[in-house]
Amino acid sequence: METLKEQKKDAKNSTALKISGAEAVIHCLLAEGVDLIYGYPGGAIMPIYDELYKFQDKLTHILTRHEQGATHAAQGYARVSGKVGVAMATSGPGATNLVTGLADAQIDSTPMVCITGQVPRHLLGSDAFQETDIVGISTPVTKWNYQITRADEIPEIMAKAFYIARSGRPGPVLIDITKNAQFDELDFTYEKCSGVRSYKPVPKPDIKAIEAAAELINAAKKPMIVFGQGVILGEAEEELKAFVEKTGIPAAWTILGLSAMDTSHPLNVGMVGMHGNYGPNVLTNECDLLIAIGMRFDDRVTGSLDTYAKQAKVIHFEIDPAEINKNVNADVAVLGNAKQTLDLLLPLVYKNEHKDWKAEFDKKHQIEFDTVIKNDITPTKEGLTMGEVIEQINIASEHKAVIVTDVGQHQMIACRYAKFKQSKSNITSGGLGTMGFALPAAIGAKMGAMDREVVAIIGDGGYQMTIQELGVIFQHNVPVKIVVLNNDHLGMVRQWQELFFESRYASTVMVNPDFVKIAEGYHIKSKRVSVRSELKDTISEMMASKDPYFLEVKVEKEDNVFPMIPSGASVSDIRLK
Amino acid sequence: MEKQWYTISVYSENNIGLLNRISGIFLKRHINIESLNVSKSEIENVSKFTIVIFASEEWTRKIVGQIEKQIEVIKAFYHTDDETIYQESALFKIESHLLFDERQIQNIIKESNSQIVTVARDFFVLAKSGRRHEIDEMHDALEPYGIMQFVRSGRIAVSKAAMPITNILSEFQNK
Repeated sequence: METLKEQKKDAKNSTALKISGAEAVIHCLLAEGVDLIYGYPGGAIMPIYDELYKFQDKLTHILTRHEQGATHAAQGYARVSGKVGVAMATSGPGATNLVTGLADAQIDSTPMVCITGQVPRHLLGSDAFQETDIVGISTPVTKWNYQITRADEIPEIMAKAFYIARSGRPGPVLIDITKNAQFDELDFTYEKCSGVRSYKPVPKPDIKAIEAAAELINAAKKPMIVFGQGVILGEAEEELKAFVEKTGIPAAWTILGLSAMDTSHPLNVGMVGMHGNYGPNVLTNECDLLIAIGMRFDDRVTGSLDTYAKQAKVIHFEIDPAEINKNVNADVAVLGNAKQTLDLLLPLVYKNEHKDWKAEFDKKHQIEFDTVIKNDITPTKEGLTMGEVIEQINIASEHKAVIVTDVGQHQMIACRYAKFKQSKSNITSGGLGTMGFALPAAIGAKMGAMDREVVAIIGDGGYQMTIQELGVIFQHNVPVKIVVLNNDHLGMVRQWQELFFESRYASTVMVNPDFVKIAEGYHIKSKRVSVRSELKDTISEMMASKDPYFLEVKVEKEDNVFPMIPSGASVSDIRLK
Repeated sequence: MEKQWYTISVYSENNIGLLNRISGIFLKRHINIESLNVSKSEIENVSKFTIVIFASEEWTRKIVGQIEKQIEVIKAFYHTDDETIYQESALFKIESHLLFDERQIQNIIKESNSQIVTVARDFFVLAKSGRRHEIDEMHDALEPYGIMQFVRSGRIAVSKAAMPITNILSEFQNK
């Protein structure tokens, strides 16, 4: 074995290496700097798994308990590390189980490469065992996809896959490899991809547009920034901070922009959108200039477009030309990577302060604090609130943890109240709203940032969608902290039923198992808290644990999340109760 | 916004699966493709899709943006009918005896500027290129005599303004 490897090494130095397609896949992954992949084996991908066995000293494969878990783990890994996440599955059901994760990564612009096995070339189209047209199925939910049917295609296509996944506006790529291409041999040489002629990942910044933006910014009396994940993906956090501090413009964020700027920064005015903060939502319709940076005006952010920021001029900093004027028309569109464009903008804007205007945000914050926040994070009623749990985690983690959330009420509460000092710390399923995201994503997040504390906050509904990934946490002793906020309901849907469907709770009451016992079954340290007096100490104990830890908190069953912009209403019609 | 006919021209790599990717963009937005033609273009190894839709300009612009975003699409354009020179082609298969029995048929052939492609013992085939309404008129004229088979192609179009694909490609080469 060793001799063979040595021979191959020598061969690489002189001429191309003759290896199997399956081995070539491994070499491609290593050349792209991949050292960790998530996946699940099966018939059509066995040659690649056989090579993974041989290369296990260089490339760690984590067996998730379901292929969907592999995609979310890869996403969590990608989101904390900024690297490309890799997931692998066999053909047929293995491949179709990746679809939710692909769709999630597509809408949230997460760099991910998924590799699927496929039936041999000669069986394509014959309805062979575990054959499914995954290229056809995944087309609408991938940035790019490709089916490899010849071994010699592997190096070029794999290089292209990683390049496309990570460049420009990132996204998921699926590569489907027929079994014959895995078995057949090729002359292997690898060259990283540096460009595709039909693909322009980052538009060149137009200095005229930047000057026009600066002019609007310098003239504005009531400007407001809304930043999104583009700041994180473009690693423009420092540039954003410098821009905000120089101009004194209040800055709000979308759910995926959270953690790009210190949540305790005096000019950070909170979240926009359906369950965002009162001030930035209401004042969106009072500002005279809206500066959108790396965000896409999702409907959960804008509410009714007919009444969204109509009084304001709009500047849109964006890497993807298709986003310009898609939902909200921009008076000035600045295309390019936010890091580059903000850097070019900075010297053109005046040093400024907007004290009176900022005071408007503070006033609105006080109203929200008195009517909502106070009762959420320091409640006086008997039942526990989700907000106070998040607040205790903030205290115990000193704002340093990575917070991974699922989808629903707990997600909104966590994003409203979690505090962050560091970027790439808020991992959540934003655009797709994928229940079941958090547990596997937390595994990936921890493996992508081993030096950081990772806390998964999950509802009792979403937890049970991917609960089997406790197996990974147990097997590899992944020291994530899992907090299930259990209200025995599908809380967000129940809230809508209460508000908009006259409290007809159709299928939203959850009959739950003993979650503590389930965690114990996986040998994970676990506890349940139902009273306030135990909350603080238990959270401290959890955060101090070197091992994985499961905490179930029994919270109020029928609490609602406020503020709220009812679906289709205007941002200024946000309800405080 | 008012709807009208738009011709979308897409220059792309010639890859399996791209048609699916492009048609999916229309499907996702519930927009019907009225006509679709795929052929080679004036540039070697570059394909050209010609797609006709009936939509508002706003929707057409957004769709073209989404099409251009696809990795293997080099560039996409949209034009109104006034901005393009466009044609469709049609074939009519008709029973041969009608050519002799019905004098009017010969007049239709002459007036419509169509060509007889082939004449066999049982049938003959007429080919007609032109605007959609011209083909429709010819169809209506022939219909009373009986049409054995009829087929019409998708629209093909060239724009009056330049489509600077060669520049885009050479820009990439020289990067």
